[in-house]
Amino acid sequence: MTRFAEKNTAITGVGMSEVSRGATKSALGLTVDAALEAIADAGLTRADIDGIATWPGEKADGSGFSPVGCAALQDALRLEVGWYGGGGEAPGQYGAVFNAIGAIAAGLCRNVLIFRTMYEATARKTAYANSLLREGQRQAGPFAWYAPYYTYAAALQQALFFNLYVHKSGIKPEQVGQIAVNQRRNAALNPNAIYKTPITIDDYLASPLIATPLRIYDCDVPIDGAAAIIVSRMDVARDLKNPPIRIEAIGSSMRYRNSWTQLAELDTQAQPKVAEMMWGRTDLKAADVDIAQLYDGFSFHTINWLENFGFCERYGAKDFIDGGHRIALGGELPVNSGGGAMSGGRLHAYGAVHEACTQLWGRAGARQVKGDPQVCATSTSGGPLAGAMLLVRD
Amino acid sequence: MIARTLPVIDRDNQAYWIWGRDGKLAIHRCAACEYYVHPPVAFCPRCESRDVAPHAVSGRGRVVTFTVNHKAWVPDLTEPYVLALVAIAEQDDVRIPCNIVECPPDAVDFDMEVEVVFEPAEDLWIPLFRPVQS
Ligand SMILES: [Zn+2]
Repeated sequence: MTRFAEKNTAITGVGMSEVSRGATKSALGLTVDAALEAIADAGLTRADIDGIATWPGEKADGSGFSPVGCAALQDALRLEVGWYGGGGEAPGQYGAVFNAIGAIAAGLCRNVLIFRTMYEATARKTAYANSLLREGQRQAGPFAWYAPYYTYAAALQQALFFNLYVHKSGIKPEQVGQIAVNQRRNAALNPNAIYKTPITIDDYLASPLIATPLRIYDCDVPIDGAAAIIVSRMDVARDLKNPPIRIEAIGSSMRYRNSWTQLAELDTQAQPKVAEMMWGRTDLKAADVDIAQLYDGFSFHTINWLENFGFCERYGAKDFIDGGHRIALGGELPVNSGGGAMSGGRLHAYGAVHEACTQLWGRAGARQVKGDPQVCATSTSGGPLAGAMLLVRD
Repeated sequence: MIARTLPVIDRDNQAYWIWGRDGKLAIHRCAACEYYVHPPVAFCPRCESRDVAPHAVSGRGRVVTFTVNHKAWVPDLTEPYVLALVAIAEQDDVRIPCNIVECPPDAVDFDMEVEVVFEPAEDLWIPLFRPVQS
């Protein structure tokens, strides 16, 4: 296999702030907590960090979607870095990681601090509500095609795609609900999760519809929190505290119409091309994966990734998740072992990477997957955006 | 129902949001190879012609997918309502977000045949779709 750039990088440390539905610190304060924890976890100091990256970069719009950017964190920690990068035009949330891999390959840095901060719980209690639209303001850009039709949230757009998936696959609500039930069961074992009270399939079926077929339990939960990871050059990584978690392969693609309305296959979104690219960069196969942390902005994404990563056939996820046994902690493919974004909190794919590393290092306590897992598939997605990483403990 | 949020109008999209005044749905079409280009831009990705301009289509289409909204996202929002993607009859990969109107939400279905109607809003005419009447 070609020595793609990601094979010369590894995750060496992880950190997470307190995750809550109403923080007692600022967004920057939470970010500092996560960053310092990740730096210390890697066995590094602030002086060793020579790169910073985030996605999508600072958005000072009051939404809490991304309130902290590279500049604010760099100054708070007084870092001296050779390279930094943030920005939303990337293949989903992991775009920050992919950029860091490129920067390391270019010799610009050796230890990159990558973070994602969200402050949506506080934002929604104050001015912003949960709307994509601003009253009285005309909309520009791609979202303007949806704006006149009372499309107030990404949930409505995702519900369009989800409904088509349900129509084509024949998946039943009690099968979809296994994702929410599984993740709540896992969250009960995660001290940092938001929702720990168990739910049953009957609870799922009784929960309010947001937009057919999407129910409230199919949605991730807005939180205040930050997660951080350190990505290091492999020769550096091997000298650090933790066994390196190699970035074995990444999937990053725009080989489809990158549009919320004109995607070639609406019901699989951007996932197939991204997964295909990832598997094309490794000798490992779906059967080699021990655990999966699959994006769950909506349960539909998780279901779709099971198929597009090849854990089951196209439109076969309904049978794979039926009854919930295969995806449970003790099952053949434990999925979203920390509770995911739906019960753990919306750290927007970075909670998933944190959990992946926690499991691969054997530190997950009561929710630790048995059998010494070594290979984890992780993903991000939402509409036309998607990214994937295969992580392997060295 | 509350006021619709309107788009910023630019050179490429203005026909789409304005031709409804004359009852016409404007979709950009390549004069050289008749490929419909949407969202509108004056370039044909099929034959590379720049001769691409708004063209009145039939206004007929089919529901590719839809959702019935049940959440009151903002005060005074009247729900349920249907958000859909409609493929125009002329070219199945041109998909238009819209509301399906003049139809109970629970009667909307995949592949339902629909036709365009327009609703005035300030200086624009918003394309909406209803079940085919004739
Ligand atoms: Zn042409």
